[in-house]
Amino acid sequence: MKDLPMVLLRNRKADRTTGLQEYRTSGGYRALELALKELSPKDLCGMVVDSGLQGRGGAGFPAGRKWMGVAEDAPHPRYLVANADEMEPGTFKDRVLIHADPHQLIEGMLLAGYAVGASKGVIFVRPAYGRMAEILEREISKAREAHLVGQHILGSEFSMELEVHRSGGRYICGEGTAQINAIMGLRPQPRETPPRTTEKGLWNMPTVLHNVETLACVPHIILNGPDWFKGLARSQTGAGTKLYCVSGKVQRPGCYELPMGTALREILEVHAGGMRPGSRFKACLPGGASTRFMSPEFLDAEMDYEALRRMGHRLGTGAIIVFDETTCLLRATVNLIRFFARESCGWCTPCREGLPFVEELLDGLEQGRGTREHVEMLRSMADALCNAFCPLAPGAAQPLESLLSCFEDEVLEHLRLGRCPYQTR
Amino acid sequence: MEATNQKTGLLKELEQRIRRAEHPRELVVDVMLALQEQYGYLSDDALEEAARLLGMSLLELEELASFYDFIYRRPVGRFVIRVCDSVVCWLEEGEKLGEHLEARLGIRMGETTPDGLFTLLPVCCIGYCDMAPAMLVNRRVYGNLNQEKIDKILEELRTGDERKGLPR
Ligand code: SF4
Ligand code: FES
Repeated sequence: MKDLPMVLLRNRKADRTTGLQEYRTSGGYRALELALKELSPKDLCGMVVDSGLQGRGGAGFPAGRKWMGVAEDAPHPRYLVANADEMEPGTFKDRVLIHADPHQLIEGMLLAGYAVGASKGVIFVRPAYGRMAEILEREISKAREAHLVGQHILGSEFSMELEVHRSGGRYICGEGTAQINAIMGLRPQPRETPPRTTEKGLWNMPTVLHNVETLACVPHIILNGPDWFKGLARSQTGAGTKLYCVSGKVQRPGCYELPMGTALREILEVHAGGMRPGSRFKACLPGGASTRFMSPEFLDAEMDYEALRRMGHRLGTGAIIVFDETTCLLRATVNLIRFFARESCGWCTPCREGLPFVEELLDGLEQGRGTREHVEMLRSMADALCNAFCPLAPGAAQPLESLLSCFEDEVLEHLRLGRCPYQTR
Repeated sequence: MEATNQKTGLLKELEQRIRRAEHPRELVVDVMLALQEQYGYLSDDALEEAARLLGMSLLELEELASFYDFIYRRPVGRFVIRVCDSVVCWLEEGEKLGEHLEARLGIRMGETTPDGLFTLLPVCCIGYCDMAPAMLVNRRVYGNLNQEKIDKILEELRTGDERKGLPR
């Protein structure tokens, strides 16, 4: 297992957070120094475009293209938002990343801010991560004392303030436009786009919003170059490393930094220690609750955005939730749909009305009270959910649709028996 | 007397933060959480106080308070126990832990014990799926739970040191 690149988690320690001094000793803030002395914002944009960095929050949108979305003559002030809300079930990488090395995020924010001309950065943190908010506030103030944050950073013309924003806690706040509403003290439901947030975001000003892991990659790209970053990946279409969170029925659940495009089988068998004794792999969700179930035939898939997309799947957040053969996937889907139904913001009908209906039908099926007609209704509901206003309901449709298409036998078995074939639940 | 002083201190501090802020509305969740901490929950009085401090209408605040999970418009216990019921914790038999807590505390999800010590609530994935099943007590996370561990935590919350340092 040598030769595995350690980039984002290179300063991870078993028992404590890496401080400012240690971060600097490990090469931290050298990218910022370099950028402020020798590179223009345009150079930075170019490097990030060339690096092929894709947003790690789930959509995989090219980060450099997002930066280019802020027009050169766009008005000021401009904002940068680091999305540390991390509420996608199965996902805990941002928690690991910030607890390990908070300055990596801070430096990434400063570099991104310099590239797009932002004067203020906001880190949006969920309530369950209260400790993380404290760490960030403490380390931001240390960085401020060291002239790394605030006015005239490192004696340059560039100034940027950083703030931690504590959320009141709801899944929908992870959606970009909803997060912007949340920061502005508005009810956090998604906004209509266009305009994109890069044109009119926070306080109607240009705003670039990134996931924590995306921003943490930026210092390394600037310091080591786009080609180096691209070369870290194992797949043709990927770039960089990826934090894969593994949970469920494996021996060693955890967060593993591996080259983008590492095969699912290797992640599970080598890094996560394989299945628990006596249990067999049945399926996994590859990237949180808003992705499709993957059956064993996909074990050799390269876990990268493009590769999965070509197979009809989504990498999402890269949070792999593993189910074994004793698990009723119908029951699991009821759980997932219940989550989405509870977290719906209630704004649009397909989601607000559709999800509880789906939950009821699925629950009935699971308990053996369903009919074939119900299965067909669920299929059409999976389509209908995709007409919703924001990605929450289409996300919920992913596990549902894959259950009905890839695990149809299991669904029909419930019908045939008139009960759940999995006795344990 | 001490409580009144504490309250005036808090209000002063909040007023100052709001005055310094470029966009005071950005502080609305912080203000609600701080007042909630003071009053034990976001009572009508606390809500009015928040509205006054921020120059926002009661309706605007209610819209937010009713939306966010961690803001309580009704009294809650000294310890709010939130049991994760999302998919990974469910896989790890988290449901049984919820039932165990209900039995031990003699209340159902959503209720508070008569002595005002514990409130039991379900919560969506709290981002500790590597330590599933997991729960939060106020803002502290407890992972890799089982029934014995829960009993021990409850005991400590009732009597011991765990009581300290657990803000809502
Ligand atoms: S899909 Fe759901 S979460 Fe999104 S806007 Fe509609 S109701 Fe709100
Ligand atoms: S599913 Fe329970 S902590 Fe993530």
